[in-house]
Amino acid sequence: MDSAFSLGWIDYTIMGVYFVFVLGIGWALKRHMKSSADFLTGGKSIPAWITGLAFISTNLGALEVMGMAASGAKYGMITTHFYWIGAIPAMIFLGLFMMPFYYGSKARSVPEYLKLRFDEKTRGFNAVSFAVMTIFASGISMYAMAMLMETLLGWNFTLSIFISAMIVLIYTYLGGLKSAIYNEVLQFFLIVIGFLPLVFLGLLSIGGWEGLKIQLAEVATSHGYAAGAWTETWRPVANASDNPMGVEWFGVVMGLGFVLSFGYWCTNFLVVQRAMAAGSMSAARKTPLIGALPKMFIPFLVIVPGMIAIALTSNPDSGFALPLKGDSYDYDKVIPMMLGHYFPTGVLGLGLTALMASFMSGMAGNVTAFNTVWTYDIYQSYINPEKSDKHYLWMGQMATVFGILVSIGAAYMAKLFNNVMDFLQLIFAFINAPLFATFLLGMFWRRTTGHGAFFGLLSGTTAAAIHHGLTQPAGATSLIKGGWLGTVVHTYPSEMAQNFWTAIFAFTTCFVFTIIISLLTKQIKTKEELTGLVYSLTPRIKDESKHWYQRPQVLAIVVGIIAIILSILFW
Amino acid sequence: MEIDIRLPIGFMFSLLGLLLLIFGLTTEADPELYKRSLEINVNLWSGLLMLIFGGLMLFFGLRAKRSKTK
Repeated sequence: MDSAFSLGWIDYTIMGVYFVFVLGIGWALKRHMKSSADFLTGGKSIPAWITGLAFISTNLGALEVMGMAASGAKYGMITTHFYWIGAIPAMIFLGLFMMPFYYGSKARSVPEYLKLRFDEKTRGFNAVSFAVMTIFASGISMYAMAMLMETLLGWNFTLSIFISAMIVLIYTYLGGLKSAIYNEVLQFFLIVIGFLPLVFLGLLSIGGWEGLKIQLAEVATSHGYAAGAWTETWRPVANASDNPMGVEWFGVVMGLGFVLSFGYWCTNFLVVQRAMAAGSMSAARKTPLIGALPKMFIPFLVIVPGMIAIALTSNPDSGFALPLKGDSYDYDKVIPMMLGHYFPTGVLGLGLTALMASFMSGMAGNVTAFNTVWTYDIYQSYINPEKSDKHYLWMGQMATVFGILVSIGAAYMAKLFNNVMDFLQLIFAFINAPLFATFLLGMFWRRTTGHGAFFGLLSGTTAAAIHHGLTQPAGATSLIKGGWLGTVVHTYPSEMAQNFWTAIFAFTTCFVFTIIISLLTKQIKTKEELTGLVYSLTPRIKDESKHWYQRPQVLAIVVGIIAIILSILFW
Repeated sequence: MEIDIRLPIGFMFSLLGLLLLIFGLTTEADPELYKRSLEINVNLWSGLLMLIFGGLMLFFGLRAKRSKTK
């Protein structure tokens, strides 16, 4: 296996053509950016199939792709829990039940919804933590890309950072959110078409799904698990000791499937922003549902290559082996190693372009979410209110430049201090874990008050921190993994199990405290103010679809049935 | 909608597809190159797939454009 790729002219041509189109889309949209709304919210005019693909594409960043492939190699098919149980139910819930409030409230962002529904402090807390988080996420994406290009192609780290930042800056500065969304759609198709040959060749070389199952049965038994541990989804999670991830079904369903998944898909402005940019209420509601259709099949594109990689590695005759990192495999290298193993020059350029595209769209997604929250929820609300719309358009564009500059700083920080990044991600996990409880109560219980929401959130975050401080995953070596409160009350079989339970504790605490504090405080929002924001005070919407089969409910049922069939097929 | 995203997607994939297809045809006689892809000319087939996809996108995009101008 060649450690570094040698690219030919054809590979560079493919990359070049892609970048020309990316920049061209931004350029073509430039003359339509007349108001801050055009720039920051996409002018609410985009059809559902586009926002739907952008909805999942923004989550299909390269870190996600490489992480899922790594997880596929490390844990096998149970990684699909991050899709079938860990995304689809939440996407259905968002489309059917939550989108009417987001879209109908005319809020321009998720923090703004919190302002309308609760109060200023809840919005401020959410806006500031979200803004900081997006900048760091964008920086990490840039850092990971530059590192990958350095190791694979020998490109200069600083040059990679500079070029990727420039390209993202140009197309988001020119075309705003719409440009980011259009490019996400382009990237989505590029990833699918770029990775399909990889899955095809991988399966062909290993004897199809059946061949993969036989090979992985050996891997599983050699680790002391049942033969199906790498190729089944629900059977291995009956007990935490039956699967390499160390998770049990309750943690999977409640921690991942409910708290983490609903918290991410239903409250993270990064993805919700895509649905809010849709052209109509019906399109907004269909956005996550349309996105769910391809989402269910993405495991075959990103997890299966990881499974093939570990099967090949365990077979000494295959001529493929994952590199070592310390005393275990360097799982994060699965995708680039597999691309290098199977792809000749030509499609190799295509695969690498797809990978770069997803790094950049990961950045662009964060930047466009950041500039909206910065401009509307921080700048317009606290720093400089009541200026002309022209001024806010200008501020949005400046926030784009500023956001990218700061994320370049974050990328270098990630290079210098790896621990700082782990630490920050941990803090954000604490802040995000209880968020869904706040939204759930806010949208479906009109008695929830601003104080209840704010202090409920704080209590949830505190609970997450305390739980993390008192528990540890097995074999933890640093305090960043937990146990920093000194005494370890419980040891989880794995970090993943610990994460799921941290989320469960945070959610439950936030839920309970929000209810108690709401009952103890006065609801200062009037009935009129809450109309359109709370379920019981919002008139049922009549869907404007022409035919019955175009309604969100019908789509939701179809999506649900396919997800159930997939789960049973790979039970 | 000011620009129909199907058109740039269609153009890009047709162009890249054509490029890979031609590259695949010219390297057909190079067994060394396709050894790693199990003797399959993966450039040719990927190119063909992309060309078909790009063509479909262009077809629907242009059809929508025509019906709008009518």
